[in-house]
This record gives sequence, C-alpha cells and structure tokens, in this order.
Amino acid sequence: MLRWTKTTSHKPRVRVSPLTSAESVLKIRSYMPILEIHNLVKTYTAPDGERTTILDIPNFTLEPGEQIALEGSSGSGKTTLLNLIAGILTPDRGQIRVAGKDIALLPESVRDRWRAEHIGYVFQTFNLLHGYSALENVELGMMFGPGVDKEFAAHLLERVGLRERMRYRPSQLSVGQQQRVALARALANHPNLVLADEPTGNLDRRHTDEAIALIRQICGENGAALLLVSHDYHVLGKFDQVRKLDEINLAAQAFAEAAAP
Amino acid sequence: MSATTHSPFLAGLYLIVRRSLRRHALSTTVTAASVALASGLVMAVFSIADQTRTAFTGGKIGYDAILGARGSPLQLVLNTVYHLETSPGNIPWKLYQTIREDPRVDLAVPYAVGDNYRGFRIVGTTEDIFGRLEYQPGKRFEFQGKGRPFDAKRREAVIGSFVAQRTGLRLNSTFNPYHGLTFDETMRHPEEYVVVGILKPTNTPSDRVIWIPIEGIFRMEGHVLRGSGEEFQAEAGKEIPDDHKEVSAVMLKFKNPQAGFALDQTINKQGKVATLAFPIGSIMASLFDKMGWVNRVLILVAYLVVLVAAGSILASIYNTMNERRREFAILRALGARRRTVFSAIVLEASTISALGVLAGYLVYAGILAGAALVVRAQTGVVLDVFSGHQVLYLAPIVMIVVGALAGVVPAFKAYSTDVAANLTPHS
Repeated sequence: MLRWTKTTSHKPRVRVSPLTSAESVLKIRSYMPILEIHNLVKTYTAPDGERTTILDIPNFTLEPGEQIALEGSSGSGKTTLLNLIAGILTPDRGQIRVAGKDIALLPESVRDRWRAEHIGYVFQTFNLLHGYSALENVELGMMFGPGVDKEFAAHLLERVGLRERMRYRPSQLSVGQQQRVALARALANHPNLVLADEPTGNLDRRHTDEAIALIRQICGENGAALLLVSHDYHVLGKFDQVRKLDEINLAAQAFAEAAAP
Repeated sequence: MSATTHSPFLAGLYLIVRRSLRRHALSTTVTAASVALASGLVMAVFSIADQTRTAFTGGKIGYDAILGARGSPLQLVLNTVYHLETSPGNIPWKLYQTIREDPRVDLAVPYAVGDNYRGFRIVGTTEDIFGRLEYQPGKRFEFQGKGRPFDAKRREAVIGSFVAQRTGLRLNSTFNPYHGLTFDETMRHPEEYVVVGILKPTNTPSDRVIWIPIEGIFRMEGHVLRGSGEEFQAEAGKEIPDDHKEVSAVMLKFKNPQAGFALDQTINKQGKVATLAFPIGSIMASLFDKMGWVNRVLILVAYLVVLVAAGSILASIYNTMNERRREFAILRALGARRRTVFSAIVLEASTISALGVLAGYLVYAGILAGAALVVRAQTGVVLDVFSGHQVLYLAPIVMIVVGALAGVVPAFKAYSTDVAANLTPHS
C-alpha cells in the first residue's frame, strides 16, 4: 500500500486519511466528480489566418478514483485536451472543473499552484529534467506545490522500483526507468487526478504492459483518478472504461462530416 | 523530525540556479572572470586615485610651508615634500636665518640637495629634522635599533628604511655620494659617509632619502656655493662665511595659520627673491585638479569594462535560453509560476556576478599590490591594499545589481515561455 501516513510536527505535508483508498474513493464520489467539462471549446488560428475549432466537448466527467482511457488518433486534440484540463492552456469557452474549481477562471499564478497540488501529469516524452537526478526530478514537482518531502519522494521512487537509481540522471536510466520516474513525479503531490498522455509511446510491448499496470495500480493506491489518452489499442485494451475522443468532441464529428464524400 | 523543506520557493530557485551554473560551468567561469576583472579594476582605479590624492595633497604633512627660490610653488613642494623633481634653485643662507628668527615661525629646517647614492636623494639638513620636525602631525622620525641622529660636524648619514632595504646599507656601513640627482658612476664624490642611523618606516617619501649634515653638502668636493652671488668653494678646515652659503629650500612650521597668510603676502606678492609654497595641500590639490582628466578617463574605462561584463552576463545566459526553453516549460507544467522562472534567471545572473565579485577582490589585491610596488619605488608613497575605501563594498553591490539587471532580458524570455508549445521536444 503506497498511501503515506507520515505526519510532521508543524503542518501535515501529506493528507492523512483514516480511510482505505477504496473507502476514500467512495467518500469523494459521494460529493462531486473530480473532473467536469461543460461546453468546452478550443480553437486555434492556422498559419493562413483561418480559425479552426479543435475541441468542442459539451460534457465529460470523471469520478474520483475512476480510470478512463481516451482513444484518439494523432492530431485529434488529445494533448490539447489534457493541457486544458491541466490549466496549461485556457479554453475559448466553457468550464473545466477539477475537484470543484473552474480552473479557467483562476488567475494564472493560482492556476499554476492548483496544478501542482491537484494534478499529476505523465507526458509522452516524460519531460524529465536532464540536469537533475531522478530524486531531484520528483522533488522539483513538490517544490512548486506544498513543499518538499524528501522521504516521500524517495519512497515513491522505491515503490516504482528505482531504489538503487535515485541519484541517477535521466540520461543514465533506461527509457522504462525514465517513465517510472515520470510516474513518481506525477504522484509526488498526492494529486486527485493523474493525466497521462501516450505514456507508453516510447516503450516496447513488455514494458508497456508493466507501465500501464504500474500506473493503474499506483493511482488506485493513492485514490487518484486517471485519465489516459492513447491511440494504441493494446494500451486501450488494458482499461475497463474506454471512451473515444471523437465521440465526445463535436468538432471532430463536424470535421468528419465535412470530409465525408 | 520532518524532512519537509519549509521554503519550497527558495529551495526550488536554489536548485534550478545551482544546476544551471553547473551545467554551464565553462560559460559561468568565463563570465564570472570578466566580472572579476571589471570589479577588480573599478575598485583598484578608485582606491589608487583616492589614496594617491590623499597622499599627495598634503593632508598629513606635519609642517605648513616651504620657502624656496623664486619660481613654481608646485616644483618646490614636489622637490621638498616628495623628493621628486629638481630644485627650482637656491636661496641665500641669510634668508634661512631671517625666516628662522621670524617671531611667527615656530620651526625652520633647511633642505639642500644635489647628490645621490644609487639614485636615492641625499639631503643636507640640520638635527632639527629628527628632533623637532613632525613629518606628519604628531609623528617624528624614529630610529631602528641603536641608530642615532648624525653629528653635524662629522661625515655621518641617517638613511630611510626603503634606502636601507634597497641598497643594503646597514649601521656603520660607509658609502660615497654621487653628484647629481640621478645615479652616474662617473660622478663619485671622494667623501666617505658612515651610516649612524636607519629610520623606522614612515610610509612617506622620506623613506627614500639619505640625510646628512648640511655642512657636508657645502663642503662636498666640486660643490660651488653662490649665496653671495659670487662663486665660492669651501676649503677643508676653514669656516664657510654665511654669505656664501645657500640652501634649496626651508621647511617651515608656523605658530599659527595667520602667519602663513601674512608671509604669503610678504614673500609671494610683495617680494621678488623667494617663493613661499603655502598651503602645501592646496598646491598639490591644484595639480591633481589639473590632472583630473586622466583620472576621469580611467574611471570611464572602468565603467565601460563594467558594461562589457554586464553584457557578457546577458549574452552568456541569453545564449542558453533556446536550449532551456523546454526546461522552463517543464518547470511551468510542474507548477512553477512565471515569477519563479523569472526570479531563477535573475538570481542566476546575480550569482554569476557575486562569484565574479568575490574573485574581483583577488584582482583588486593583485592590481593594488603591483601599483603599490611601483608607486612606492618611484615616490615613496605607500598604497594600502586594505585601505577600507568605500568602493570596496560599493563596487560589489553595484556589480551584483548590474548583474541582476543584465539577467532581466533573458529572464523575461524565460517568463514568456509558451508552455504548451515547448513541452514537446524539438528536433
């Protein structure tokens, strides 16, 4: 069990729950979805000046502890959607509520902090910082959130099987090990929601299976909801709930209709 | 015991800056070196200018005026106080006697030049130079070990500490003076002098002087006295009539400051025979004012070097911005605020500047030590590396602020990094 119950003398750094993860999930579920999207519209301006709608999502929700895989082909707006949910991008219209807060309405600096504290993000290319050790990569994620807990950072790396390689830099780790560091970093601040953007895109089949199992297991242990996007049917097959982005995105449907002969 | 860091913002900044400095160690070192040169140069220029001005403007001279031949007061001061330049001429011994007896004059010490020993000036004077004259307010010459003043009737000499150090002359050493103020082996006088005293260091030009009885100057072979207007050469065993005697200058201590102004009126404005250099400090200050443009050019050059150093900080950090855009995007995606990355770059620039400033103290010490050697050898004035000049703390502060300002441009670039566009690697 990964749930970290260490307390500090000044201020509990880690949320301590007397509940098991399953109980916790049930309790949160009774209050509100962890992610609610309403009438989300995102457009971009093409080089020729034409404005194109890439996302138009009337409704989408994710319950606490829920794990959903979102299927989408390349260029379908998967990464844009995750960046919108993470508050890295802002929508043109609509609401994105994470744990009850409409993050698009938050001032940028508050949104940054909110992201650090509530959302874990596993990128397709892992986006580890190469000048830093594995441990420092995890600690950096904590620095911009509630604060660094070195013991918990080490514990996370130990949990993903990198106990002996905490001081290694990303360039000294295999691709699979880098992916695990990225997972540990995503969970460093006890997020309510973990976003994973093609997290196994650079892994072979065996490592993909291991990585998906690990992500799902650790998110489950931490009570974090998981929204994973991928175009890989092998990955999608590992999930009970799979949604197609094109089905929830009206912009994709409109594009498909326009492109139909 | 908690392992939680209490100031994550500062901890994050510290880690980002430390890692960046390490990753760009070469450019960090080169940039810090340019800052070190700039700050060291600025500190040295200001410190040397200030110390030389203080040393030469006579603020610490223990007497008030110099009486000498009609001519330039500046030449008189340079000749008598700093033992530089040639004497503008001589004045009759009678004038010395008159000024000595003036009720407004507390002390009058004669000063006669014309010979040297291995380039060090030999000055003929009286015992008053040791017993009564203060070379700086409250300070009189003191002897090392068993040294003593010369006997006015003997061929005895008292030498300054720098002379002893450079010539190797010790107590009871003997030497022969050479004619003229520059050393010429062919101009050796036959008279032999014995060293009876070595003065303790005074850190003034007097450390470079050999003092002998003034009678010795009068009687040195080949010296011609023209005090009466006619040429006269002293003969061994015979008294020299006062009318024939002459001196290069007279160092004067007045009983009150008004005496100086009164004598200035009498000697300089009404008289035609002599010049009174008074006040000594203002004469040297006017020289420094005339030469001020040299100092201003040096300071301008130092400021330009500071600008170049600031430019090198800006360039070295700015050049890393492209490769670091992804790093900033990742940090922002992890929750770092814009002000965090902005502060990290400004802090990095300030840190490079601070490292440079620390090394700048070594540069400053090196420049000042070198300058001190040259200035002391040439003028006897001693520059103090640890003078405590305010530039020693103002320059580092200014350099760090300039460094921080140089970091603002690349910091703004980091500040405006497009997170989403830079999260994916660019090949």
